[in-house]
Amino acid sequence: MANAAAQNAAMEVSDEVAVQITGMNKWFGTFHVLRDIDITVQKGERIVICGPSGSGKSTLIRCINRLEEHQQGKIVVDGTELTNDLKNIDKVRSEVGMVFQHFNLFPHLTIMENLTLAPIWVRKVPRREAEETAMYFLHKVKIPEQAHKYPGQLSGGQQQRVAIARSLCMKPRIMLFDEPTSALDPEMIKEVLDTMIELAQDGMTMLCVTHEMGFAQAVANRVIFMDQGQIVEQNEPKEFFNNPKSDRTKLFLSQILGH
Amino acid sequence: MADPFIRTQMLPPMAPPVRTSGSIAWIRANLISSWLNAILTVLAIFAVYQFVMLALPWLLHGVWYAGSLGECRDIIAQNFGPDAGGACWAVIRARWHQFIFGFYPPELWYRPIICFALMFVALMPVLYSDDPRNVGRVLIPLVLLTLLVLVAAGTPAPVFVIAGLGLTGCLWVGMRRPLGLLPVTLLYPFFTVWMLWGGSVWGVATALFGFVVLWAVYRLTSQRIGVVLATSAGVIAAAVWWLVIAGYAVDSLQAVLPFAITSVDSDKFGGFMLAFVIGVSSISISLPIGILLALGRQSNMPLIHGISVGFIEFVRGVPLITMLFTASLLLQYFLPPQVQFDLILRVVILVTLFSAAYNAEVIRGGLAALPKGQYEAADALGLDYWQAQRLIIMPQALKVSIPGIVNTFIGLFKDTTLVSFVGLMDPLRGVTAIVRADIKWKGIYWEPYLFVGAIFFLACYGMSRYALYLERKLKTDHR
Repeated sequence: MANAAAQNAAMEVSDEVAVQITGMNKWFGTFHVLRDIDITVQKGERIVICGPSGSGKSTLIRCINRLEEHQQGKIVVDGTELTNDLKNIDKVRSEVGMVFQHFNLFPHLTIMENLTLAPIWVRKVPRREAEETAMYFLHKVKIPEQAHKYPGQLSGGQQQRVAIARSLCMKPRIMLFDEPTSALDPEMIKEVLDTMIELAQDGMTMLCVTHEMGFAQAVANRVIFMDQGQIVEQNEPKEFFNNPKSDRTKLFLSQILGH
Repeated sequence: MADPFIRTQMLPPMAPPVRTSGSIAWIRANLISSWLNAILTVLAIFAVYQFVMLALPWLLHGVWYAGSLGECRDIIAQNFGPDAGGACWAVIRARWHQFIFGFYPPELWYRPIICFALMFVALMPVLYSDDPRNVGRVLIPLVLLTLLVLVAAGTPAPVFVIAGLGLTGCLWVGMRRPLGLLPVTLLYPFFTVWMLWGGSVWGVATALFGFVVLWAVYRLTSQRIGVVLATSAGVIAAAVWWLVIAGYAVDSLQAVLPFAITSVDSDKFGGFMLAFVIGVSSISISLPIGILLALGRQSNMPLIHGISVGFIEFVRGVPLITMLFTASLLLQYFLPPQVQFDLILRVVILVTLFSAAYNAEVIRGGLAALPKGQYEAADALGLDYWQAQRLIIMPQALKVSIPGIVNTFIGLFKDTTLVSFVGLMDPLRGVTAIVRADIKWKGIYWEPYLFVGAIFFLACYGMSRYALYLERKLKTDHR
């Protein structure tokens, strides 16, 4: 990871805005889960979002591809504002890849079918071309030999790498990661993180909810700390870890790094 | 402290210990493992023995050649003594055709026979879409058997040649690519209606054209107004065609190109032919309706949700017989007098709606078994609602629901016997009552019921075995 850290500086951030969230509020029933969120993500940024459980970090990134609906404020993804217009939502979703904590591969389809399904049906890519793309990304996540197995035959780490490849097959401009390593055994976490680091080095715009602080230090250019539905602190990783400003952040860091 | 342990060599895997096997070991383990088990085993053997001793002589004394029940009894008394009981299968020999065809004209029996054979052909792309070997296993014996039966039924030579060529052609296509038979599947319902009821070919052809209208309107509009509205527009256009235009079209086409076969009235239908007509059409239509109802029940659009819940709860809350009476009596009162609505058609519609409601609930169970993550993954990839349902949700939900769906289907098929309550000749009560009303066979009891029961069992057991095959084939989760 030291090697990756060295490359970190090389990863360019452009001026183009990928995601713009302004004054966003969300409630679950009467519970105010996200409070006055303002985030601007430039193209090429790698943002790690951390915070205690229940702080709203998963809900936040799920709002970006409208798996959750926000009630106030504005979310603009790649120039398209998320409203109730289904066409816009489908457009945004095909531009934004998402990786879930529990992989959510389709168990009734082979790995290859998992990877080619959305390109064929949403992007209308010819099957052959979709399969070539799928093989390319399977090579990239280093499991081309599993292409014709079913998800149930793969280990957790392999499944998560397939899930990443599945998102990449849609050629997304932004990738969202919702605790991608939380359901994995320690031995498998590394293989998934390595894949994500490579992706970051390729210049992908990434928003990751994760507790992998090593990953944050290696590739993130910004760390956002959330608590009780609010952004408490955001800074570049070096400052964030070495010199946290708020007491809440200090407490959180001492608890996750303290042992 | 004990010495620290460090393994220097990893252990190789070993074969499991040899299990005590052989029949003696099996008997010990399963039949007489304890005193209680031994007693139960003895009791069970005794019960089986009693049953066999009761039924076996009756079966063995069976008489196949006799003109009446009285003759049967005389023959049995002559051969096995005055007190011996015996089955009088002669009644089946004399009346089998009524159990199978009802009062369908004997010289036209080849029509239902061809339809029955084609039913299997039409089912192949659905049952074995990617398994040509099984298609061969089903269709080769079927084609041979059908040709034999057609000869026995005295089929006119031209019909026999056409049927033979057609079936062989289907076999040839199906064994290469089962999905190549899909056109047969789509045309089958129309062909069968024409074959069974006869009459002008144009009646069926115009009905078929209504679906073409539906499809065309859907294709033209779906890009602009969305799937649901386009489907509605298509249905409305098709309904206009069927109700307003089709009648004139039939008359004029028949005048220009008269092509008709002998027509057969619905009241000639009976026996298993009737059971299959009602059962197969209801089964095949009720599954898609059930899927739509299950989705409707999950919908967050209040109108669609309300209609689905209302329909499902109403239909499940009312006995099938009530609905059949409604079909036979009330519908006729409410429809305008000149509208002729065939009784079998009415029964099919109601049985279909009935089992659709049950299927909807079974499929809802399957939908509930899917983790939320599957919906989210489909959404996150940008699939729209119908794509997600068709490609991700339904394949998994239906797989989970197979046992329940087949359960509903088997129940439905056996429930077709209830149509005797509205005067149709089902094989169980309708035909059997007719047979038993004959002076020659008065007093016969077991034989017709055993015969009918055996055929029902074959059909239902077939369905259940196919369901098991399907479950095994679709098992990809490796749990």
